[in-house]
Amino acid sequence: MIGYIARRLGTSIVVLLGVSVFIFALLHAIYPSPAIDVLGPRANTVLIQAWNKQNGFDDPWIVQYLRYMGHLLQGNFGYSYKLNQSVASLISGVWARSAWLSGVSLVLSVVIAIPLGVYQAIRRNTVGDYAATSLAFVLYAMPVFFLGLILIQVFALDLGWFSFEGSQSTSLLAIIGDWHAMTLPVATLTLISIALFSRYIRSSSMDVLAQDYIKVARAKGLPERLVLLRHLLRNACLPMVTLIGLSIPQLLAGNLITETLFNYRGLGLLFYTALQDVDYNVLLAYTLIGAALTIIGNLVADIALSVADPRIRLA
Amino acid sequence: MSQTSAGALPPLDITRAPEGGGIGPVQTGWRLALREFAQNKLALTGLVVLVFFVLFSFIGPVFYHGNYLTSDLLSTNVPPGAGHPLGTNNQGYDELALIMKGGQAALEVGFFSAFIAIVIGALWGAISGLAGGILDAVMMRVVDVFLSIPFLFIVLIVAVRYGASVLSLSLLIGGFSWLVPARLVRGEVLALRVRDFVSAARVAGAGQTRLIGRHLLPNALGVVIVNVTFQVADAILAIAALGFLGFGLQWPNQDWGDLLSNGVGYLQDGYWWQVYPVGACIVLVVMACNLIGDALRDSLDVRLRRR
Repeated sequence: MIGYIARRLGTSIVVLLGVSVFIFALLHAIYPSPAIDVLGPRANTVLIQAWNKQNGFDDPWIVQYLRYMGHLLQGNFGYSYKLNQSVASLISGVWARSAWLSGVSLVLSVVIAIPLGVYQAIRRNTVGDYAATSLAFVLYAMPVFFLGLILIQVFALDLGWFSFEGSQSTSLLAIIGDWHAMTLPVATLTLISIALFSRYIRSSSMDVLAQDYIKVARAKGLPERLVLLRHLLRNACLPMVTLIGLSIPQLLAGNLITETLFNYRGLGLLFYTALQDVDYNVLLAYTLIGAALTIIGNLVADIALSVADPRIRLA
Repeated sequence: MSQTSAGALPPLDITRAPEGGGIGPVQTGWRLALREFAQNKLALTGLVVLVFFVLFSFIGPVFYHGNYLTSDLLSTNVPPGAGHPLGTNNQGYDELALIMKGGQAALEVGFFSAFIAIVIGALWGAISGLAGGILDAVMMRVVDVFLSIPFLFIVLIVAVRYGASVLSLSLLIGGFSWLVPARLVRGEVLALRVRDFVSAARVAGAGQTRLIGRHLLPNALGVVIVNVTFQVADAILAIAALGFLGFGLQWPNQDWGDLLSNGVGYLQDGYWWQVYPVGACIVLVVMACNLIGDALRDSLDVRLRRR
């Protein structure tokens, strides 16, 4: 068990280093220096070269990479020359808002998708199954922004139940309490994830239902409710652990689009404005954070799965 | 059976099929898979929808000449009606013509990036699986690295810097989508390389290139073909997202996401024709690709095949 975790941790660190080198090199190739942003568009080459030399932007990129990573370990994400603020302070101002939006949607989608998928598997090829499968199929093919737009049209503009904008409050407590503003963004992300998750739960439940231990459980006279709760549910949920870990890039992308659509100031909207302003350090920091979250997500998922499913450790 | 029960055996007639069920020609894997696919109504629907959109986007403009090039300020935001079947937008462009033009871009990027992804992925996976050992481990860690990079973020950053064209977006999306095919092909190759026909080919003196090109890849083609359809769907969703965020194709090229985001500002005015037709197009094409992919997977998976 310890050996498995240590091996898995080692691979993750190697991958994390590889990802950081790739992302840094790519962004460095695209935006070699922020000198123009600092000195203004009319700065001459002598000034730019002097500034580059003074701030270390004429060093080989590998030196710059090592310096950047050294700063990163101390929690220093660089400086946003566009917003005149350190990237760390920009991120610390908004990350909790994104975490709340994504966290609530993720929890809700898991809590809804599991019973839905299990129900579909038990009542396979009934009207209820067909309806749920079709709906999931349409949602699965739907771009996040189009779903959000439909929800805005129906529930904000036509019915007027909710706001078409996410909460603009700066206090997290106020955001948590503000369901008038937060229902539509949360619903958008939740529905998209349910479409993805319920398909997997349905098929993994069908696999489990065909197993011998379900037949044994039924044959020994266990009430159907206990068969489903003790034997089916626990085994059918195993793939969810991996799936959540694997779907972090999609969740981040969905978060970016939802925050932009609902004008909700989180990490996604920060990235979007940085794209428009070509704010190099913010782009670099958030891409690295996204990659790190993905790797950590996969690692946690694998370890959780090895705890939940002892067969994994043998492999 | 009535003839044999009479006692005397009928004269041997090798040109006639024996009674008790005909023996047709042996159904090979691909033909069987094709038949299975053709029996799946949902898959055929998906195929019809996809073919319709290909014709609509590429042949449609030959017959329908809507204005999408010069702004016409006298006919802005016209509701659907005679002359403009799907109305016009705030520039006076004809929505139907814009959707056709956007469909071209979506399908071109979708198919081209899927092609790139499949070619890189199949070769990468085949070489990795066949090589084994250190090379395999390194190649698979590279796949892990790329899989951990938030793909949409990188595509956005590069598209903002260098501008988006059909070619650049295809290369970019294809360059980040070969990872899943690479893993799938490697898995197939690992299973195939210990099979007898591969050993036989090796004993007969086939080199690595011939082994991969003639024996391993053709047999791993099933998983690759299934994956192509999902790649097309994902690519179309990705450029729609790019266009919606405002970093999509440059005029006079159109993309569906851009059209949709253009219409969003007028949602409150009730100009539904600027949002819902184009949104429906994205959903329909992506659904069609997913339906075809699901059906192909079912028909190529021997375990799921109906007897």
